[in-house]
Formats: sequence, structure tokens, C-alpha cells
Amino acid sequence: MSHSQVERYSPSTEFVAGAKAILPLVIGAIPFGIIFGTLAHSSGLFLAGAIAMSALVFAGSAQFIALGLLATGKALPIIILTTFVVNLRHLLYSLSLVTHVKRLSPIWKLVLGFWLTDEVFAVAIHRYNQGDCEASRRHRSTYKHWYYLGAAIFMYINWQICTVIGLTLGYLIPDATSWGLDFAMSVTFIGMVMPYLKNKPMVVTVIVSGIMALLTQNLPHQSGLIVATTAAIMAGIFTNKMNKHQDNV
Amino acid sequence: MSKQEFYLIGAMALVTFLIRYPLFAFSSQIRLPSQLIEALKYLPPAILTAIVVPAILMPTGDKILLSYTNAKLVGAIAAMLVGWQTQNLLATIVCGMLVFFSWQWSLTVFN
Repeated sequence: MSHSQVERYSPSTEFVAGAKAILPLVIGAIPFGIIFGTLAHSSGLFLAGAIAMSALVFAGSAQFIALGLLATGKALPIIILTTFVVNLRHLLYSLSLVTHVKRLSPIWKLVLGFWLTDEVFAVAIHRYNQGDCEASRRHRSTYKHWYYLGAAIFMYINWQICTVIGLTLGYLIPDATSWGLDFAMSVTFIGMVMPYLKNKPMVVTVIVSGIMALLTQNLPHQSGLIVATTAAIMAGIFTNKMNKHQDNV
Repeated sequence: MSKQEFYLIGAMALVTFLIRYPLFAFSSQIRLPSQLIEALKYLPPAILTAIVVPAILMPTGDKILLSYTNAKLVGAIAAMLVGWQTQNLLATIVCGMLVFFSWQWSLTVFN
């Protein structure tokens, strides 16, 4: 069997599959990108600044919070510190991907690192985790980084286009921000969480995460996010251990 | 672009990149303990939930609003039901948004 096993995947099939997989998330990011562009105008960040921020920072929630801080006249170091704390979760994402990208060339690591976002991570890690067990070995591929790249490029281009649309709308309809378009991100994340809820440890993780996030909401610079996530992961591991223990008795 | 904007965007870009990239850069030298790899399984749902729950339950950012007047909560419940039933991401997003917008619209009309 094994000697005749031909790779079913190629860089181009993986690239297209990655772009397809992230399509729902791209659609979910559209209102979010537009609202960023719309808000930028009223926060005092003008055309070139908003476009440069989307192109170079490429981090939705950090960009939003930066706008909020700009609008209330916060000092530069505060905005940069907040960016750091809000984006710290990307460190956890890259940690999760370490074992998968370590054999790639330096240029690949650079490119994939720059384009690492919530959505791209969710799609890429799902692909990397396919084909781990014997039953799903038909999903094995040596080109999964092309899948990651396809998802990342699609997400990036969409974000730039939506920023420009939002900037245009911001001039035309100044009160578009009150429509609640930010809910699009929430609903996208809900859709990303649901498939994980297949066993008890994951359900416990999610419940603890939600409760802890509410309790730590008032911690400075959104650092409650890291506290809540850590507590939730520990609760998940603990539940998993308890489950195994029960099975063994 | 003003000088202030230039420094702001430059610094934000640098800080963000210096979070995302270094572990990739040194990934071939890093060996993760198996407990850590196990823990990272729980990371995606944990972090996404921690972002979403306050955004939905605290629509004004300061206090919890558990009421039918919270359109985000109603939309989120709809999204969870659709997501759970269909396991389809696009259907979840579209239904959640539709319910949210129509609920929000009804609230403004009937109040």
C-alpha cells in the first residue's frame, strides 16, 4: 500500500482549498473591515493613515481599540502598549503552529508570521490537525503551508478592500457605526467555536472562558483576555484528566 | 500622514509583527513539552469565547444586559442554535446577522 501511495495534494490544490475554507470568515470580516474604515474618519485617522494601518498592522481588534484610544486623545505609548496586550494572543497562536512550520524556509516563516490572524489561525490549525490518525490518513499532505497561505492572502486582500469601502462610506454616511456592524465579528467567532463542542472538556473550557472573561473585563488594557483563556485551558485539561480517571476505575 | 500617525502605525506594526513572527523564526530550535501541546488544543475555543462573551453580554461595555432588549444576545443565541444544528459556518454567520438586525429594527420600531 504505502509504496504506491501518491500525494493527493499539490501546492495549488492546497492554496485554493485554503482560500475556500476561509471564505465564510472573509464574509464575516467584511462588515468589521468596513466599520473600521468608517470609524477611522471620525476618530481622526485619515485616508493614508487608515490604509497604512490595515496594510501594515493587519490586526482587526487592535486596530479598533487604537481608534477608540485615538478618539479619546490617549498618548502614543498607551496605544502601543494596548496593541501589545491585545495582540499577545497571537503569540499563543504561533506557539500552536511551531511544530507545523519548523521545516519551512525562512521566507515562508516570515510571510506566514506576518499574516497570522484569528481567522487564518483557526483555518490553518484545522487543516494541520487533519490526517494525524490512521483513519484520516487520506488527509495527509506535505503542502499544508500552501493552504495557510491561500487563506491568509484572501483574508488580507479582503481586509484592505473593506477598509477602503469603509473609508468611503465614512464620508457618505457618518452614523453607519451605530448600526451594530461589530456584531459580525462576534457571530463569526461563535461559528468558529461551535464545532469544538463535541466533548465534555471542550464544553467546560468554553463555559469557564466565558465566565472568566466577564469577571476580568475590568482589568487594564484588555489583559483579562489572557487570564480568562489561561483559566479556561486549565479547566479543560483538568476535566479531561477527571474523565480519563473515571474511565480507568 | 502626520508625523504622529507615522510613528503610531510604525510602532503598532512592529509590535504586532514581533509577537507573531519570533516563534516561527526559531521554530526549528524549539521543542514543546507534550503537556503544552495538549494544552494548546483548548486554546482556539477558549480565546474566541473570551473575546465574544463580553462583547455580547456587555453591549455598552460596562454592565451585563440579560434581556430581550439586547439584540446581540438574541442574535448570538440564534447563531449558536444554527451552528449547533448545521455545523455550517456561513449559515451561522448569515442567520445570526439576520436575526440581530431584524431584532434591533423591531426594537426601534415598537419602542
